[in-house]
Amino acid sequence: MAKTFTIDGKVVPFEEGETIIQAARKAGVYIPHLCYHPEFKPHGSCKLCTVKVNGWQTASCTMRAGENMVVESNTDELNSERRTLTQMLFVEGNHFCPACERSGECKLQATAYDLGMMTPHFDHFFPNRAVDASHPDWMLDFNRCILCSLCVRASRDVDSKNVFALTERGIKTKLIVNSKSGKLGDTNFSVTDKAAQVCPVGVHIRKRRGFAVPIGERRYDKAPISDLSHEAAVEVK
Amino acid sequence: MSNNQSESVTDVVERVVAKHGRDATYMVQILREVQEVMDWISPEVMDELQAALGVPRTKIEGVAGFYSFFYLEPRGRYRVLFSDNITDRMLGNRVLLDRMCSNLWVEQGKLSEDGLVSVDTTSCTGFCDQGPAVLVNNVAITHLTDERIDQICDLIREQVPVVDWPTEFFEYQDNIRRKDLILNSNIAPGEAIRAARARAMAPSAMSLGRGDHARAEVESLRMRALSPVECMPATHENPGGSVTLISEMRRSNLRGRGGAGFITGLKWEACHNAPLKPGQQRFVVCNADEGEPGTFKDRILLNAYADLVFEGMTVAALAIGARRGFLYLRGEYRHMKDHLEAVLSRRREQNLLGENILGVQGSEFDIEIHLGAGAYVCGEESALIESLEGKRGTPRNRPPFPVTHGYLDQPTIVNNVETYASAALIMIMGGEAYSRLGTPKSAGTKIHSISGDCERPGIYEYPFGVSIAEMLEDCGARNVQAVQIGGPSGVLLAPSEFDRRVGFEDVPTAGAFMVFNNGRDMFEVAKNFTHFFQHESCGFCTPCRVGTSLLTNLMDKLDSGHGSPYDFNEIEKMNQLLLSMSHCGLGRTACNPVLHTIAKFRHVFDKRLMSDDFVPAFDLDKALAVARQMTGRDDEGAHLKTMVSFGEH
Amino acid sequence: MNAPEKKKLRVATCSLAGCFGCHMSLLDIDERILTLLEYVEFDRSPITDIKHCGKCDIGIIEGGLCNAENVHVLREFRENCSILIAMGACAVNGGLPAQRNSLSLPEILEEVYCSMANGIIPNDPELPLPLNKVHPIHEVVKVDYFIPGCPPSGDAIWKVLTDLLAGKQPELSHELLHYD
Repeated sequence: MAKTFTIDGKVVPFEEGETIIQAARKAGVYIPHLCYHPEFKPHGSCKLCTVKVNGWQTASCTMRAGENMVVESNTDELNSERRTLTQMLFVEGNHFCPACERSGECKLQATAYDLGMMTPHFDHFFPNRAVDASHPDWMLDFNRCILCSLCVRASRDVDSKNVFALTERGIKTKLIVNSKSGKLGDTNFSVTDKAAQVCPVGVHIRKRRGFAVPIGERRYDKAPISDLSHEAAVEVK
Repeated sequence: MSNNQSESVTDVVERVVAKHGRDATYMVQILREVQEVMDWISPEVMDELQAALGVPRTKIEGVAGFYSFFYLEPRGRYRVLFSDNITDRMLGNRVLLDRMCSNLWVEQGKLSEDGLVSVDTTSCTGFCDQGPAVLVNNVAITHLTDERIDQICDLIREQVPVVDWPTEFFEYQDNIRRKDLILNSNIAPGEAIRAARARAMAPSAMSLGRGDHARAEVESLRMRALSPVECMPATHENPGGSVTLISEMRRSNLRGRGGAGFITGLKWEACHNAPLKPGQQRFVVCNADEGEPGTFKDRILLNAYADLVFEGMTVAALAIGARRGFLYLRGEYRHMKDHLEAVLSRRREQNLLGENILGVQGSEFDIEIHLGAGAYVCGEESALIESLEGKRGTPRNRPPFPVTHGYLDQPTIVNNVETYASAALIMIMGGEAYSRLGTPKSAGTKIHSISGDCERPGIYEYPFGVSIAEMLEDCGARNVQAVQIGGPSGVLLAPSEFDRRVGFEDVPTAGAFMVFNNGRDMFEVAKNFTHFFQHESCGFCTPCRVGTSLLTNLMDKLDSGHGSPYDFNEIEKMNQLLLSMSHCGLGRTACNPVLHTIAKFRHVFDKRLMSDDFVPAFDLDKALAVARQMTGRDDEGAHLKTMVSFGEH
Repeated sequence: MNAPEKKKLRVATCSLAGCFGCHMSLLDIDERILTLLEYVEFDRSPITDIKHCGKCDIGIIEGGLCNAENVHVLREFRENCSILIAMGACAVNGGLPAQRNSLSLPEILEEVYCSMANGIIPNDPELPLPLNKVHPIHEVVKVDYFIPGCPPSGDAIWKVLTDLLAGKQPELSHELLHYD
């Protein structure tokens, strides 16, 4: 008999050591997330995947599943707080969807749709962030960075290059690249790096290939992000 | 601390990196020591560090960028930081800061044109009882006056090295006003270690209850199964010794003095019982990252009772089986490092640290001092460990907890300075006797840092259970409007609550006690604390990173007279979100000051609600000022009112 | 749709710092505009050419705030409309005009009037002065409902309006909710 716990009343089996979000995915239960990626060590920073475990709120990407846990996820209360988190991310950066190559493929946007975000609500920070177009084939638009650290983890753990890192702290936290000039063109980054394939938003952009898929046919045009059929799709740009 | 011109960047980096064994785990220490010579972390320093340590530049930049006291841009040869806690503000630090800026022709936060000096603010530096205070190149100067500011300006202008400034500048007081168990203690170095040894050696049955006895036997078997290296040397003769000491700690009911109040004995026991993988060991860490604004009791303990603290750490090492310990000293207390190193050296000479402690073969323990670099969040134990490992001070995901996966992923206890001091005394007096002090759920005594509006600010030690009123009476506080207990993340009490008592049952505290008289504007207090949390948020999790900024903006909006009931609802909403979604305690408590002030001093907010209607956060007329200037216009159409009355709808 | 037959709801619309694309989208509801006209009548709007907004039940704002005149018009709407709706990306988050926010106003004015046109920055009082930054409208007045999209589809606008006419909280399904 496999060990089980419940999410919103549904019985979910798990193996020892699995996190709640891992077990949930296998069972076909969607929990919103942005910094989580099944191939990487969980980070636990975006907090979108927060659930209630036996009444206590915790990030489901870092909390291990336990026998008979009672997990609440798809509740009005949690979804409302998750929506507020997406609003915070929208006002913190400069997310101008109509001009973004990743619109329709963006997890922040798709998650906000799924949570019914009609407005960013807060006053915009309108930070001043430069675009790095120094690399011949790749562009970094820091305006869209949500500090999920997925490219940091991919470059460090898979590519063994450490091209990316976060520096500063608090609201000034930002993504940097590993060169004295601070430019991507001066690093050993390659478009075939894993780090090039994991950005949930539109920071990492392949040059000369914007808007390749027509509106209406992009990934999240076809089905909401909560439709787990996306999970099977290979993450390729 | 001034630039030694004879040493090149390469030489400095090489010397410092070699001193730390080319180990990037010492990154924070390395950056700090290099900066002390070079004044800042220049791109050339970065180049050299990259080469010398063999780590990616991003790693160095990521760490250097995290801590307030590391400068990636030139900040001058003289770096003046005004402590900016609310108590410093109440003592007039802003006027003094302005005076210094105009005297030196420098703009706050910017480098002077000649590259000589920068003047800025920093979070509380732990001198609330003798402020206003500054740090000049890591050295503290307290009791600032107009005259002293002018003298400092002259010395800077004349480029006199800080070490040659008048010594009376650097004098500060302990201001111990009320002593109890800890502050009255006068133990000889080694006394607590000897007492602990004696307890550990005593026949188990004498000091253990039946249940404990059975557990001791199991423990004894477990210990024998381990290789000698992994066993605590001091317990070779008596494998149950650790258990005896931990039992003593549990009997004392001592709870952590850092604020959370976890039972110390349980923490030690969990760490002691945590399995070790091959090559692993256990660590004792003393949290002296006393960053909670308004708290300065650890400064006094480390200044005047350092032996007691180190004794407690050594006892802890004996109990959990550790050979290495760290004192994580906040960067603001850099000026105490030499003193503490001297105490450690003496203790090594006295055979109280190092190998074969007090002559017992194999009994080994030593303590290293690690300095922080200006990051409040490192007071959180897992962030502190990250910092000890030379990383950004981001709190870890928990579980696992440090007791099983701490420093370098090995079992580690992290306790407060005062907790170790208490532990040392418990070894001498016994847990039973200690537990009779204080109240049923809060055994022992607590040291308080009292500051603000009172005649005798300073250090007060009371058994738990003392009432707020009694403390106010003792420190000579009159016409008190409010007391902030436990710092910004603690509680704000109004006069109707002054009969409440300090203790985990009622008013828990990590030791800050700030008094505000009737003349103070409690809104200013809440606003100051809100800015503090925003500045100290590590930026890891979305709710705290963005939420503390939004909250600060809301408070500034109210302060500028643009508040409406709408903003009140927003504050309430932000609090709920930070409470439920934040990664660590910083985010979870960031709204406390505002919420408590609204609950207890609503009128200071109402006074600032200028409109029933929504009001923009920004000044609309000011938003046209640049355009007016560019066009030279000043007609009616070139202005906007920020607030308009819409009548009813 | 169970709005009272007798009294039509009065609706005003305008475009501030926008491109009228959202208004074009409003017209994309096609023949449904005839159904809509059974329930509403238009006050100030490009459809009517009324210059000032009178008392209305619903005000629909396209575009963000880039100058002083935008602020005046928005406030007139807020004062006169019981329900205020932000229609489209520019009203909701500043949109395309807000892309100038990374530049300082002097840079922009000098580039546009001096460098590019070899002229001078005009000081005619008839011209509204630009704000330092472009703001979405909810940063200056209270906004009741939002229809995101650049532009929102005619169907999305129709859905929000019909929800409101039916006295429901407007909601957009996955197909109708988009930010681009």
